[in-house]
Amino acid sequence: MTAWRAFAATTARVVVLLGLAIAMLAVLLIITGHDVVPALSAMVRGAFGSYYAITSATIVRMVPLALAGLAVSVAFRAGILNIGAEGQLLVGAAAATAISGALGGVSWVVGIPVMLVAGAIAGGAWAAIAGALRLRFGVLEVISTIMLNFVAQYLTGWLVRGPLQEPTRVNPQSVTLAPALQMPVLLEGTRLHAGVLLVVLVAIAVWWWLRSTASGFRLRAVGATPTAAASAGGIDVPRTIFGAFLLSGVLAGLAGSVEYTGITYALYENFSPGYGYTAIAVALLARLHPLGVLATALLFGALEAGANAMQRDAGVPSVVVSVVEALLILLVLAADRWRPARADRTGIDETGT
Amino acid sequence: MQDVTVGVGALAVGAGLLEATVRTATPLAYAALGESVSERAGVINIGLEGSIIAGALSATIAAGSIGVGGGFAAGAMAGLLVAALFALFAVGLRADQIITGTAITLFALGLTGTVYRTVYGSGGVALTTPTAATHALPGLSALPLIGRAFFAQPLATYALYLIAPLLAWWMQRTHAGLALRAVGEYPEAAVSAGISTRRTQLFAVLFAGAMAGLAGATLVLAQAGTFVEGMSAGRGFIAIAIVVLGRWRPLGVAAAALLFGLATSLQTLFQAMGWTGIPYQLFLAVPYLLTLVVLAVTAKRGRRFVV
Repeated sequence: MTAWRAFAATTARVVVLLGLAIAMLAVLLIITGHDVVPALSAMVRGAFGSYYAITSATIVRMVPLALAGLAVSVAFRAGILNIGAEGQLLVGAAAATAISGALGGVSWVVGIPVMLVAGAIAGGAWAAIAGALRLRFGVLEVISTIMLNFVAQYLTGWLVRGPLQEPTRVNPQSVTLAPALQMPVLLEGTRLHAGVLLVVLVAIAVWWWLRSTASGFRLRAVGATPTAAASAGGIDVPRTIFGAFLLSGVLAGLAGSVEYTGITYALYENFSPGYGYTAIAVALLARLHPLGVLATALLFGALEAGANAMQRDAGVPSVVVSVVEALLILLVLAADRWRPARADRTGIDETGT
Repeated sequence: MQDVTVGVGALAVGAGLLEATVRTATPLAYAALGESVSERAGVINIGLEGSIIAGALSATIAAGSIGVGGGFAAGAMAGLLVAALFALFAVGLRADQIITGTAITLFALGLTGTVYRTVYGSGGVALTTPTAATHALPGLSALPLIGRAFFAQPLATYALYLIAPLLAWWMQRTHAGLALRAVGEYPEAAVSAGISTRRTQLFAVLFAGAMAGLAGATLVLAQAGTFVEGMSAGRGFIAIAIVVLGRWRPLGVAAAALLFGLATSLQTLFQAMGWTGIPYQLFLAVPYLLTLVVLAVTAKRGRRFVV
C-alpha cells in the first residue's frame, strides 16, 4: 500500500533528521562546556523516563503544539505563511479567561465548550486581521502576523494587570478557573486531560476535510497553483485565502483555550512558552500532513519536556531546544529542497500582472 | 513671562524627544539599510532578527574584555555568521527564504539564550556593559532643538550619516550597484550580462547580516548598556517594514527609521509625563501597530491576488 510506504518513508526520515539534530545538540553542549551524556540522559528521562513524564510532561505539551501545528499546516497548505499562531493562541486563551468569569453556576458540560469556542473565535478574529490586511492592502502576512504576536503579548500583559487581574491585585494573573469548569483529567494522578482526545479528533477532522471535501480541495488548489485554481478551476481565490486565515486562527485560538482549561487554569503574561513558534517546526516536519502533525507534536512535546528536565537536572539552559527545533527545520529544507506552494505574495517587488 | 517658560519647556521636551528618537532609530537604521541591499538583490531575510540578537550578545561579551570598539567588530562578525547560515540554505540551496529566515531567527534566539545563560548564569543578574561615548560636535551640537539630537551622539550614529548617502550613491551610480539591482529585478538579464546571481545575493545577504550585527551591537553598546535575552524584540521585522516604507532607497530608509525611532520614543515620553490613564502596554505596542499601518498604507493599493 502506498500510504503505508509513505508512512514508513516519513518515519525513517524523521528518525534520521532527529538523529542528526541530536548529534548537533551534543556538539553544542560540548562547545558550551556541558557534559553530554548526563545532559542527554536527563533529557530522555524527562520525556519518557516514567509514567508521569510521558503523561504529564510529554503528552501534555503535545496538545497545544498539535493544535497550533494544525493551524500552521492549514495555512501553509493554502500558501499562507502564518507565523502568528503564538498571538492567536494568546488571544484565544484570553477570550476563554474572559468568558469564564461569566460562567458562575454553569456545569462543565456547557462551560468548557463555551470557553473553547470563545478561544477559537478570538483566534480566528485575530488571524482575520492579518487576512484582511493581506487581501485588502497586500501586506505580507509573514510580517503582519509577527507584529500581531507582539501586540497580543502586550494585550495579555495589560489584561492580567487590568480587567482580568485577580481581585487581590497582587499577582499579574487572572483568577484560577473553578475546579468545576476545568477540563476533566483522563488518568488519575496525572495532568493528562481530555484535551488530548479533542486534539486527535480535530486532527482527523482536518485531515478528512482537506482530503475529501470540495472546500478542502479548493484550499489545497489555491495553495498549489493560485493562477490555475482561479482560471481553470473557477475558484474564488481571495475568499478561499480568507477562509484559510480564519480556520488557521480558529485552530491556534483553540490551542490557547484548551491550554487554559486543561493545564494552566489561569491567564498570565508568559502563558505560552513559544508554542506558536515551535508549531512551525511541528508542521514542517510533518510535511503539513494533519495526522503527521500528531506524531511530530508528540516528538516536540518530548523535546520540550526533555529540555526542561535537562535544565533542572543537568543545568543546561532549556532554550537550547529552540536550536534543535531550528536545526530540524533547516534539515528538512535541505533534505527536500522544499518550497511551500503559495499564492502570489503581494507587497514586495515581485513580477505579476 | 509665563509664555516664555512654557515655550522653553516645550523646546526642551522636543529636543529630548528628538535625541531619544535618533538614539532609538540608530540600530533600526543599521538593520534596515543592510536589509534594503539584500532585498534589492531579491532576497528577503526574515532571519535578520537572528543576526541582530547574535550581534547584541557578541558585542556584550567582546565589549567586556576588549572594549567598545571590539564589541562593535564582534557584533558585525556574529551578524555576518548568522547571515552566512541563512545564505547557505536560502541562496545556496534555494530553499524557501521565509521558512529559512524563520528557522534562523529561532536558531539565533535559542543559541544566544543558551550561550548567555552559560556565560553569565541564569540568575537574572543585571549585566552592564561599557557603553560607547557620545561625542558632541563643536558648533553643530549647540544648534537649537536638533543640535544635541543629531550632533551629540556616539560614533555609531555619525557613521550612518556617511553610510546612508554612500549606499544611495553606490546603488544608483556604480556598476556593482546596477548589477545588484539587476539580480533582484530582472535576474535573466543579469545572467545574460554575465553576473552571477548567487554570488551577488551571497554578498548582499552577508552585508545585511553584518549591518544587522552592528544594529545589535548598537542596541547594547550605544542604547541599553546591557544584554537581555530576546532584546531584539522584533526589530528585525520592524526593519523590514522600514525598508518598505523607505521604498528600498537608502535615504528613504534612514528617514523611515527616524519615524520608527520617534514612535518608540513617544512611548517613553508619555510614560514620563505620567499619562497613567492609558495603559503603558499600549505605548509598548505602538511600534508594532505602526509597522502594520505603514505596510498597509505603502503596499500597492488595490493589488489583490494576481490571477
